[in-house]
Amino acid sequence: MAAVAAIFIVLTGHIMKINWFKYASPASFYPLAGKMIPWFAIPALILAVIGMVMGLFVLPPDFKQGESYRIIFIHVPAAWMSMVIYLAMAFWAIIGMIWNSRLSSMMATALAPTGAIFCFLALWTGALWGKPTWGTYWVWDARLTTQLILLFMYFGYMALHAAIEDPRRAARASGLLAIVGAFNVPIIYFSVQWWNTLHQGASVTPTKSEMAASMASVMLLMAIAAWLYAIAVTLKRVRCEILDRERHAAWVSELVDEAK
Amino acid sequence: MAELFDMGKHTWFVWGSYAVFIVFIIAELILLERRRRTIWQRLSRINRMNSGENDET
Repeated sequence: MAAVAAIFIVLTGHIMKINWFKYASPASFYPLAGKMIPWFAIPALILAVIGMVMGLFVLPPDFKQGESYRIIFIHVPAAWMSMVIYLAMAFWAIIGMIWNSRLSSMMATALAPTGAIFCFLALWTGALWGKPTWGTYWVWDARLTTQLILLFMYFGYMALHAAIEDPRRAARASGLLAIVGAFNVPIIYFSVQWWNTLHQGASVTPTKSEMAASMASVMLLMAIAAWLYAIAVTLKRVRCEILDRERHAAWVSELVDEAK
Repeated sequence: MAELFDMGKHTWFVWGSYAVFIVFIIAELILLERRRRTIWQRLSRINRMNSGENDET
């Protein structure tokens, strides 16, 4: 226990010494993001491969749902990520509005496509799981409908951002939409408790799991892989955003010269 | 081998989910890499134009 406390104190000391505000500058964050990508991408790939092999070929069929339960190993992480990414987008939009920081709005913009993809995949895999389980691909219940609204919020955010030419105005308008849309996320999460829905309640919460340990651990593995993937892809996209918006800056010109 | 991929009466549902999932992830990575290349090409062009202007002056 004392050793853990000592490690924690040393780590905290190191973290406190770093000047975090330095990385709010796109010029400083660009190389840092590049160095961070492999640290997230490689473990994401390894965990996803292990999770998929376990989920598809190693675990036995479920006694009730048969083989179709294997869909949850991608459905649940995709649904979680679609909500988490939207909240992260709203967080960066708020930071961008308060401190007027360019990098924050770039982070929000970089998150949106990945969030939209996860949202679509949650709906798609949910429909394919729903047919053999409930007998229908789609039903207008609270969980499914609010999740569909989330997909439209992502589309709306990206469309609004792309429609406004001035980057600062685009960041403000789309940021506002991200913040307003964030109120939909708790509604999605609690919809199964607040309303009588066809979609069942949460099988896994931070305090309890109704799933078999082997199944829950594979789902956790896939969820971690989805987190790491989302971070890696967002970092790669934010680097593109930085280069695109800072294309007239001297440091970008020097970077291009160095790369020749 | 076919046995390994056999999901009984749920084959379409399981593989339909995983296939679309993988296709979307790979498509996102390809599009992102393409965007990175396009930006770099444009930046190189801007740099060449700027250096050309500097040489003339």
